[in-house]
Amino acid sequence: MAVKKFVVGCFDDEGPLFDAVKKVRKSGYKLHDVYTPFPIHGLDKAMGLRDTSLHTAGFLYAIFGTTSMLSFMTWVFTADFPLNVGGKPHFALPAWIPITFEFTVLCSCVGMVITFMYLCQLAPFVKKHHFHLRATDDKFVMVIELTSKTNESEVSSFLTGLGATEVNVQNAETGWWLGRYDKEQKLFVEGQSETVSA
Amino acid sequence: MAIKEVFAIPARYRTWSLALMGVGILSVIIGFFLYGTGEHPARFWATMLQNSVFFLLVTNAAMFFLCATTLAMGGWQLTFGRVTEAISVAVIPLGIIAFIVLICLVTVDPHIYHWLHPHGDKILEGKSAFLNKGFYITWTLLTIGLWIVLGYKMRQLSRETDNAPLGDPEAGRRYIFKNTVWAAIFIVWFALTVMSVTPWFWLMSIDAHWYSTMYSWYTFASTFVSGMSLITLFVVFLKNQGYLEYANEEHIHDLGKFMFAFSIFWTYLWFAQYMLIWYANIPEETVYFKSRVTSKNHSGPYTGLYWLMFCINFLAPILILMRRGSKRNYTTVTFMAILIIFGHWLDFYQMIHASLFPDHVTLNLFDFGVAAGFVGLIMYAVANALTKAPLVPKNHPFIKESIIHHT
Repeated sequence: MAVKKFVVGCFDDEGPLFDAVKKVRKSGYKLHDVYTPFPIHGLDKAMGLRDTSLHTAGFLYAIFGTTSMLSFMTWVFTADFPLNVGGKPHFALPAWIPITFEFTVLCSCVGMVITFMYLCQLAPFVKKHHFHLRATDDKFVMVIELTSKTNESEVSSFLTGLGATEVNVQNAETGWWLGRYDKEQKLFVEGQSETVSA
Repeated sequence: MAIKEVFAIPARYRTWSLALMGVGILSVIIGFFLYGTGEHPARFWATMLQNSVFFLLVTNAAMFFLCATTLAMGGWQLTFGRVTEAISVAVIPLGIIAFIVLICLVTVDPHIYHWLHPHGDKILEGKSAFLNKGFYITWTLLTIGLWIVLGYKMRQLSRETDNAPLGDPEAGRRYIFKNTVWAAIFIVWFALTVMSVTPWFWLMSIDAHWYSTMYSWYTFASTFVSGMSLITLFVVFLKNQGYLEYANEEHIHDLGKFMFAFSIFWTYLWFAQYMLIWYANIPEETVYFKSRVTSKNHSGPYTGLYWLMFCINFLAPILILMRRGSKRNYTTVTFMAILIIFGHWLDFYQMIHASLFPDHVTLNLFDFGVAAGFVGLIMYAVANALTKAPLVPKNHPFIKESIIHHT
């Protein structure tokens, strides 16, 4: 992955966020992401994110679970190890439905959790850059990527104008990496880069 | 925003409902002289029982939905709450019809309930403390009567705020509390009727020797999912007519979720009932499925119908309504609602007719004609009720929550 330059703006409330997102998109700045302490209804729509494909993945995992479990049990009870259970036919479909159902649900949810972790770039031992630690607590953090066409002081003052209480510029790795946080990298942004306060 | 508050029945709608009712009355008359006075009056009465009970339970499910959401402090349903209330008004005419039919079944005795003559039958004599004419009539009267009375009370509570806004939050709290109390009373009575005793009487006692502990839940699930479909149909209809401006695809989405979830709930109960009987393999229990499903070298006359019903009620909803987009699309939702109501009507058909006429399927135009009559009656009664009150309960404390609702 690549290290890129970002302008980070912190908001105290979710209220001005919708307006800010709308204006950032209208102005043509490249909105990297918005980090919030809790899910905000409608923000995804405001940011123009497409619907997640997580449920499609879940459906595929579920289909996999159904077919694999049904075919496995069919093989076991009709070909590999046929048993006479209470005079039932070897292909005892009704008796297999609960197991098939459970396995379908198991595949679907475990698969979806793993997919979700992957999409969010979360995993054990994997690190990812935090733009602002208080995004997990009480700050609403909007991150705008700087391109060759955008000027950082211009974006900074733009964000301040939108109501950001704290604006700073960060050079950050966009992807995730295995290992540790750089010893030189301070998680708190003070001192690392310039801070423009409102 | 100026909204259209009062529903006016479109002329074509009224014509259609009257025409369907006419078809229904004609079918009942023809059916009565064709079957009701012949050798097997059960053919006539079985269809009357199926249709009157099915459509009564479907419309009553609307009141159950209203009370359940009230108890759960739900707010999202309020934009179309008046539609739910209007559907529950249809319980009154349908209840009267069903009551007449059910009383005829035990007084005229067209050989639907053989527990009416328990003498010499050890099992039926043992059950006679429960299955007897007196208890049947009393319970039927109480069931339908209390549905009507409690439903009326719930509707009155909802109307109360229309012209008298609740002054302060304290008054709002008192109003909500009063609602929950009456909703709770309805739910308790609903649990004692649809979810337990009433289907035993009206439907399960056709096979008086047989019993299933799942039966009432199964009946409830069947009618509740149809009831949700009916609500959806009316909401979509009113949206298309330009009413219910505050109800939008978010509300349709949640109604679609109910249709989806309760189709699966119905399948779960269907399977729980079927699998236990299949697994235990006790003759007096499996007899119920003899005419309905296939076994190794035997396929009953109702097998095709039974699996068709299963596909309509399970496979179609799970595959079609699974996607978010299809639950928000008015066309898909309407199509599925009609399909689900038809599927559960077929379900009721096999529940009653496969027990009475296990040798051959007798489904014909007469059954559809009677069903059309009930559909027309529901259309007429609901539309009439819709004109009686504003479509939006504008002073309800939760109305804003419903307007801004999104999923």
